[in-house]
Amino acid sequence: MDISVRQLGKKYAAVAALHGIDLDIASGELIALLGPSGSGKTTLLRAIAGLEPIDSGRILFGAIDATRLSVQERQVGFVFQHYALFKHMSVLDNVTFGLRMRRRSTRPPRAEIRRRGLELLKLVQLDGIADRYPNQLSGGQRQRVALARALAIEPSVLLLDEPFGALDAKVRKELRVWLRQLHDETGYTTIFVTHDQEEALDLADRVVVMNAGAIEQVDTPAMIARQPKTPFVAEFIERKAAATT
Amino acid sequence: MVRRYRSAMSDPAPARWLLIAVTLGFLGVFLLLPLITVFVQALWQGIGTYWNALAEEDTRAAIRLTLLTAAIAVPLNTLFGVAAAWTVAKFEFPGKNLLTTLIDLPFSVSPVIAGMVFVLLFGAQGWFGPWLSAHDIKIVFALPGIVLATTFVTFPFVARELIPLMQAQGTEEEQAAMTLGAGGLRTFWHVTMPNIRWGLFYGVLLCNARAMGEFGAVSVVSGHIRGFTNTLPLHVEALYSDPGEYSAAFAVSSLLALLGFVTLMLKNFLEWRHGDELAALRGKA
Repeated sequence: MDISVRQLGKKYAAVAALHGIDLDIASGELIALLGPSGSGKTTLLRAIAGLEPIDSGRILFGAIDATRLSVQERQVGFVFQHYALFKHMSVLDNVTFGLRMRRRSTRPPRAEIRRRGLELLKLVQLDGIADRYPNQLSGGQRQRVALARALAIEPSVLLLDEPFGALDAKVRKELRVWLRQLHDETGYTTIFVTHDQEEALDLADRVVVMNAGAIEQVDTPAMIARQPKTPFVAEFIERKAAATT
Repeated sequence: MVRRYRSAMSDPAPARWLLIAVTLGFLGVFLLLPLITVFVQALWQGIGTYWNALAEEDTRAAIRLTLLTAAIAVPLNTLFGVAAAWTVAKFEFPGKNLLTTLIDLPFSVSPVIAGMVFVLLFGAQGWFGPWLSAHDIKIVFALPGIVLATTFVTFPFVARELIPLMQAQGTEEEQAAMTLGAGGLRTFWHVTMPNIRWGLFYGVLLCNARAMGEFGAVSVVSGHIRGFTNTLPLHVEALYSDPGEYSAAFAVSSLLALLGFVTLMLKNFLEWRHGDELAALRGKA
């Protein structure tokens, strides 16, 4: 689904304010929101999900004005930085939560819910651990459970907050490749937040560089690297590159 | 360095034994001995007298009144406690500190004062007294007054257990549930409730123990009508001040002591079985 953000503003926020954000995302794109902490990237992601109230502007999901929709109605697949798995539920129950919470008229029968849960676990390569609990899983496994749980509701858009932030370097690289493959297979419009320029340039179709609540540049990774539009972008990309080598 | 470290880890044996002896001795004299005394006195004149004292009409009435009071006050405070903890832990609003302080008020006010307040409000000479008597409603010296006083005194238990627990858990799981399409009520039942259930049970347990054992506040509003408005603790006092019923007083006391004992056992069981979840609670309390 196409996602459009029009003149989005937020004056006061716990993390960062946003100033007149305009952004158009085509259906099926994989977008990175890149910036330092406090740049507003997570606030923007949460605003799209409806988790963060906004002061002005509009958010469009296709032709629908999502600004007036509740979190539940937006049907976004949100993967939290620390996964926010339901501790007291098995992996399968976590994944099928969204389906089980549906109104009776649209809820699939039990057997069908179970089948789809197992299918999703297979998709994220976690078949065989359906009956385990989140505290028995590694960080990478939790991450994939969170992803399967978000995919289960067939989301209008997939939103990931620092999806690899809590993982060690090796797992991070593996999951990055894997996420790209998964995106290409499923075709969901995907937006992820990161402060790691390498991750953003490596993974995304287009990168949105943010600073101090505003967008500095929106471009393909190649263009961002080759022709940074502002000194901030140039410095952020370069400094980060120097830091990681 | 190494030697100092080792000596710091293990005190000399005499000091250790002395410390243990003092601790155990203190526990024995101040906690165990009184408990034993209660049961010894209760059974002094034989098990037959003990049973008779418990089966006596006024005692049975006191047991019924205590159970009824707890059956009303504890659920009320459970509901209130969950609502208050939810409000304090999951929302930001002006006056939040004031609310947290107010929740603790019943703990800082003497129970006698708590009882007096209700007499002042609903007693014959109280603010609502004339209106209540005109409509033939009895609050003070009747069940409603006893329930009100008990509810007031046991007000903070559940909320105080849950607030640190819910604050430690944050709101991410609830947010996740919302993005997955769950409404407020379903999120509460399927996500919040399972996460707080043992802390909640713990709070309810303590609330119940206090509700059944409360003396001061209830004493002021009850009127001490034997067989009608005497709860178990009040009944113990009434029996105790009657020289002929000395051992009956201890027989009834043994019930309350037993309640305390069962509460402790359950509490320990909870801590042993669900220590992880309760640790968050203890750490911040």
